[in-house]
Amino acid sequence: MKTTSVSEDVVALSRKAGSARRLQDKLTIVLFLLPAIVLFSIFLVYPIFQSVYYSLFSWKGFGPAVDFIGLDNFKHILTDRIFLKSVGNGLLIVVLSLTIQLPLSLVLALMVRRNLRGRAFFRMIFFIPYVLSEVITGIIWLILYNPDPAYGFINALLTRIPGFEPQAWLGDTRTVMLALFVVVTWKYFGFHMLLYLAGLQSIPPEIEEAALIDGVNERQMITYITIPLIRSTIRTSVYLSVLGSLQVFALVWIMTKGGPVNASEVMSTYMYRFTFERFEFGYGSAVAIVMLLISLIFSLVYQRLVRQKIT
Amino acid sequence: MREFRKIMVFTVLVTFMVSMLFIGTSCKQKAVAPQTTAAKPVTITWWHIQTADAEKALWQSLADEYMAAHPNVTIEITVLANENFKTKLTTVMQSNTPPDIFQSWGGGEMNEYAKAGLLKDITANLDSGGWRDTFSPGALGAYSFEGRNYGVPRDMGMVGFWYNKELFTKAGIDNPPTTWTELLKDVKMLKNAGITPIAVGEGDKWPGAFWWEYLATRIGGQAAFDAAYSRKGAFTDAPFVEAGNKIKELVALKPFQNGFLGATQNDDAASMGNGKSAMDLMGQWAPGTYNDSSADKKGLGDKLGWFPFPTVEGGAGNPTDALGGGNGFIVGKNAPPEAVDFLKYISSVDSQIAQAKINLSVPVVKGAEGGLTDPLLKIVQQGTAAAKYFQLYYDQAMPPAVGSVVNDSVQGLFAGTLTPEKAAQQIENSAAKEIK
Repeated sequence: MKTTSVSEDVVALSRKAGSARRLQDKLTIVLFLLPAIVLFSIFLVYPIFQSVYYSLFSWKGFGPAVDFIGLDNFKHILTDRIFLKSVGNGLLIVVLSLTIQLPLSLVLALMVRRNLRGRAFFRMIFFIPYVLSEVITGIIWLILYNPDPAYGFINALLTRIPGFEPQAWLGDTRTVMLALFVVVTWKYFGFHMLLYLAGLQSIPPEIEEAALIDGVNERQMITYITIPLIRSTIRTSVYLSVLGSLQVFALVWIMTKGGPVNASEVMSTYMYRFTFERFEFGYGSAVAIVMLLISLIFSLVYQRLVRQKIT
Repeated sequence: MREFRKIMVFTVLVTFMVSMLFIGTSCKQKAVAPQTTAAKPVTITWWHIQTADAEKALWQSLADEYMAAHPNVTIEITVLANENFKTKLTTVMQSNTPPDIFQSWGGGEMNEYAKAGLLKDITANLDSGGWRDTFSPGALGAYSFEGRNYGVPRDMGMVGFWYNKELFTKAGIDNPPTTWTELLKDVKMLKNAGITPIAVGEGDKWPGAFWWEYLATRIGGQAAFDAAYSRKGAFTDAPFVEAGNKIKELVALKPFQNGFLGATQNDDAASMGNGKSAMDLMGQWAPGTYNDSSADKKGLGDKLGWFPFPTVEGGAGNPTDALGGGNGFIVGKNAPPEAVDFLKYISSVDSQIAQAKINLSVPVVKGAEGGLTDPLLKIVQQGTAAAKYFQLYYDQAMPPAVGSVVNDSVQGLFAGTLTPEKAAQQIENSAAKEIK
């Protein structure tokens, strides 16, 4: 452009060009998002609505759903003693995870963060359970928990104590939930430890050095400096832990199938039983919707609470 | 560095292209059907669950023979492990594309498929040329629904007690029990001798359900089940509650291995195979699983014995009545006529003898019994054939929902968390809803 223009023209021109570019930017954004949105809609949004639809039917899963029963499925779910028990069991895992698993992960993270000999080794060891598939984990622990001391390592060890009778950890309604919780903790503490380690790495060393110069002791350092500085990591970890606990499935299904007599039933095993064992796909869809709502409500409330704390 | 990157990119590209080439050719192989004769090329899809080498090979050789004799037919076999098969089948059934020939246990689940119009009616084929008469009628009946046939059996066996003769002798028991009272007495004798009387994999639920179902069959006979199933009676009728009471009596003696409520059938088989428990109420597949699950892979050998479920004093059932079930193949709705012809081929006497020889099947086709070599399986086969009334396992005789409630409720009986009345009521509630 050779013309020499007055400044206003330049401004007008550049504004015009700017708005054109902004439009183009938006178009670019939309185009880049499109594949993700399409996939998201087909594989997530559409099935959810499909489940909502089927949840209103008594449907066996074959052929078209015709037997419309309104909200009857939901009425059954919310009054079924076993479903309520499964919610209770889910909450038990949530509470135990928050009070035992996460603090344990944090302590371990603080420990392997130090300049100890072999810390890389321990970091790796602690993380291995998380890498294993849930099915493999379940089978390993099934063998460990075997009530026959000839097979089950835990009973073999404990029966060395005089007077100790071999226990059916997974076959006893009183011990099964705790036994499962041990496995859930074993499987996932490494993941939370890693989250905390990442959070700890983002703490600028200057702050802690300054604190040291000011003469804080170790306990003060951890409670007043380190933990407050990784608060956002802790929030994420709590969120993931609660959602994970509410949706735990494979470990429970492989180890106990929710038994004995529903003692370790959780929402997902309950859903699976009705859908794939009893062929009540309508009812199973309704359970899925209830699970979705519980998780959704938790997410929204949690986000709200956390946001309020920030401001 | 740049050179290196170029080489890397080149290698990746070449690998990619070569693999595409392979995919291309393998697709082509599938698409082109042999066209050696004038007959229209036909493809039959066949899903079975025999993953063991000898069994898989037998099915493959039968398919090969058939294809050699019928050059226009291609048989595509898909071999799946039991649980995988169930999951995958549910998916294809929902998408309305059943395989042409596939594994089935008959009864309730098959009926659901038949009701949904997913199966091919082969009644006419069975009636022509006397095909129907080659089968034992009880076994064939499991693959019919409302008078129409949708498939044929290949195996049928009754549940009974597999027991360790050595442990029985050790406890001072000379003969296996023939009545429920004797059974309870023997359980006490075994316990006194420090032997675990009974192995049960109650974590899987169906092994315990065998007990309850057999008791109901002994106490109420065919009449009780027929009444409840036809909805003229109910599962709260006396025989079903009484069956629960008997289980309560048994459970009170604490006769099972430690942790039986969480045990799987594999644990149960290991307990038997390693000679730790004295008896096990189980189907015709039991000896194989004992051998497989025992520490030395040999199982009990000659020490293994078999006796039928004892009678219950005052029960209406006939002592020969048997509880059991078996395996078969059913035909998908889109199957070509050739598929039915092939099904006929694999259920011939010769094929059944070959299956019996490798202990794959307890034969259901007349004249194939001779193929059985195992003396205990011969007894099972004879008991099955002699049964006046053959009661299919409840979880197969009834819709899956009711079967599943039966299994769940009986677990409650074994755990002592449900009373016999309450368990019967749960089953009745489900039956009232599902059986119309």
